[in-house]
Amino acid sequence: MSARYGMVIDLDRCTGCGSCMVACAAENNVPPPVPRATPRTGLTPMLVRKLSNGKDGADLREAFIPITCMQCEHETPCVSVCPQQAVEVDKSTGIVMQIPQRCLGCRYCMTACPYHARYFNWWDPQWPPGMEKSLNPGVSVRMRGVVEKCNLCHARFHTANEKAAAAGKTQIDPADYVPACVEACPTGAILFGDLADANDPVSTAAHSPDAFRLLARIGTEPKIHYRTTQAWIRTLADKNSDRPTEAQHV
Amino acid sequence: MSETLLFDRRWIARGAERASTLRFLLWLFPWMLLLLLGIYAAGLCFYYGLNQTNMDNRFAFGMWIFLDLAIIAMGAGAFFTGFLVYILKQKDLKPVLNSAVVVGLTCYSGAIAVLMVDVGQPLRAWFTFWYPNTHSMLTEVTFCISCYLLVLILEYIPVVLRNRQLRKIPSFLVFEHQLHKLVPVLAGVGAFLSFFHQGSLGGLYGVLRGRPFVYRQGFGIWPSTFFLFILSAVAVGPSFLILVTAAAEKVTGRQLVQPTVFRKLGFISGVLLAVYVAAKAVDTYVWLNITSPSVGFGPSDYYSYWPMSSTFLFAATVPLGLLPALLLILPYTARRRGWLLTGAALACAGVLLNRFVFTVQTLALPTLPFDEFLRYTPSWQEVATFGGVIAYGVIVYSLSYRYLPLFEAAKGVDKNVSLD
Repeated sequence: MSARYGMVIDLDRCTGCGSCMVACAAENNVPPPVPRATPRTGLTPMLVRKLSNGKDGADLREAFIPITCMQCEHETPCVSVCPQQAVEVDKSTGIVMQIPQRCLGCRYCMTACPYHARYFNWWDPQWPPGMEKSLNPGVSVRMRGVVEKCNLCHARFHTANEKAAAAGKTQIDPADYVPACVEACPTGAILFGDLADANDPVSTAAHSPDAFRLLARIGTEPKIHYRTTQAWIRTLADKNSDRPTEAQHV
Repeated sequence: MSETLLFDRRWIARGAERASTLRFLLWLFPWMLLLLLGIYAAGLCFYYGLNQTNMDNRFAFGMWIFLDLAIIAMGAGAFFTGFLVYILKQKDLKPVLNSAVVVGLTCYSGAIAVLMVDVGQPLRAWFTFWYPNTHSMLTEVTFCISCYLLVLILEYIPVVLRNRQLRKIPSFLVFEHQLHKLVPVLAGVGAFLSFFHQGSLGGLYGVLRGRPFVYRQGFGIWPSTFFLFILSAVAVGPSFLILVTAAAEKVTGRQLVQPTVFRKLGFISGVLLAVYVAAKAVDTYVWLNITSPSVGFGPSDYYSYWPMSSTFLFAATVPLGLLPALLLILPYTARRRGWLLTGAALACAGVLLNRFVFTVQTLALPTLPFDEFLRYTPSWQEVATFGGVIAYGVIVYSLSYRYLPLFEAAKGVDKNVSLD
C-alpha cells in the first residue's frame, strides 16, 4: 500500500531554537557555509523563519515557522518543470525526490517553487579538516552547481526498509523512519507520519480545525501542514487560503 | 575609399565600398576588448562557479535569463522575415533577408552561449536530450533552440560561401547552390521551430502554478503566455531589424536598403504589435479578474511595490505598446524616418520591459504571505558576460557586412557590387 508521508508542525510549540536546522544539516551532509554566503545563498533544507504581527511594545507578537519542502501532492510545481527528470515523486511514499546527479543546475525548479524550499549549491562543498569524518555515509554529498532540497531524510527510509527486509517484513515499523528534524525538536513540535493512514496521529492532526497549509489555494496539495491556536499567526500565514476572492470583495 | 588602403580587398565583393582596413580594425577593437572581458567573466563563472554572480536561492534567475528572452525575441526577425519572403512570397523584403539571418544567428547563438554559463552543470546539457521530461517547457525550449540554431547555421552557410574568395572553390560553389535550393524549406522549418521556441519561452513562465503573477490559463497544454510571446516576438522582430539596419547605415554611412523596405517592415511590425497589445489587454483582464483571485492573489499583491508598480503595466501597454504601433502604422509617421525609427525603438523597449516583468519582477514579488519584496543587482561578471555577447553580435555582423553579400539583393543601393 502506498504511503503519503507528511508532517504537522505545531507553531505554538516551536521556539525557534534551530535544532531542526542543525540536525538536518548534520544528517544530510550539508557543508558549513563559506564566509561569503548570505541567508539567500546558504543551504538550509530546513529553515526556521520568524513571524511578526508588525506591532510595537506590548502588542508585539512573534512566532517561528519552519519552512521545508512541502512535498506537494498535486501538480508538484518542481517536477513538471525539470527538463531532465531530475525531480520525481516517489509513488510509494509521496516524497518529492531530487536526483542531484542528473541535475543540470538550471534552477527552473527553484523559480517554480512558491515556498522557496529549494537550494542551489553556489559553492564547492567543503568541510574543515577532520570534520569530513563526521559525514553520514548513507547520504551522497552534492556537488557545486546542482539543486537540493529536503527529501524527508530518505536515507533513513532506506535504512528502515533494510531493517524490515532483514526481519522478513514487507512494511517498515513507523518508529524506524523518523526524519532528523523531527527527532531533534526538543518541544516535539513536528509530528511526522503517514497521511494516508487515518489512524496515524499525523493524519488526525492534519485534519484538526487549527491546522492549515501554506498557499493552499494554489492547489499543489502540500503534505506539510501547520497548526496554531493563535489567530494572528493564522491570519498572517494563511491569508492566501482564507482571503476572499476579488469578486467576493466586490 | 582608396583601394590601396583595403589590405583585405581580395575578400571584399568587387565594387563594394568598404572602410579602410585600419578603420575597420579600429571599429572592431573596442568590441574585441568587450568580448575578451566577457570571456574572462564567463571563465570566472566556469572556474569558481555561479557564486560569481549576484543570483541567489530566491533570485534563481537573473539578468542573463531576462536578456536571453529579450534577444531571442529580437532575433525573431530572422525566422519571420524568412517566413514572409519564402512562405508568404513577400519578395520585396528579400534585401534584408541575409541581414536578418545574421541577426538571428547571433541572437540565438549568443543566448545559448549565455545559457551555458548560466547553468550550474553545463556538461550535463545533453541530459535534456537523453532524459527529456516531455512535460517541461524547458525541454521544448532546449529542443527548439538547438534545432533552430542548426537551421540558422544552414541558412548562414550559403551567405558565407558567397564570399568572393570562397566562390572560387568549385565544390563550395556547388554546395552553396544546392544549399540555396533548400533555403525555402529551411525557412519553413525555421519558422516552425522558432514559433514553438518563442512560445515555449512564454510557456516557461505561464505554467508556473506557484507564481500567480505569471501563471495563466490557456488552451490545451499551452498557457496564454505561449501565444503572447510568439505574437510579441514576431511583432518586434521586424522592428529590431529596422533598428539594426538603420544602425548599420549610420555606421557605414551608406544607404543599404530602400526606404520602402523599412516602411513595409514597420507596417508589419505595427499591425502585429497592435494585435498583441489587444490580446495582452484581454489576457491581463482575465488574469487579474479570474485566474489570480481564484488562488488568493489580487492586483495589490503585484502592484504595491515601487518601482514595479502599475506604472510598468501602463508603460508596456500605452507608451511602449499602442504608441509605437500607431507610429509604425500611420502613413504620416511611417514615411518619416525619425518617427519610424522611434516607433521601432519603442516597440523593442516594450518587449524588453515585458520580458523584464516576466523574469525579474516575478522573482522579486513575494509568494508566501510573510515574504518581502526582493531586490537583486547583477554582479560585474553577469554584466560583462552579457556585454561579451553583445560584442560577439556586433563583431559577427560587422565581419558579415564587410565580407559577405548582406544587402546584395538591394540592387542599386549598395552600388556596383559584384560577387565575381
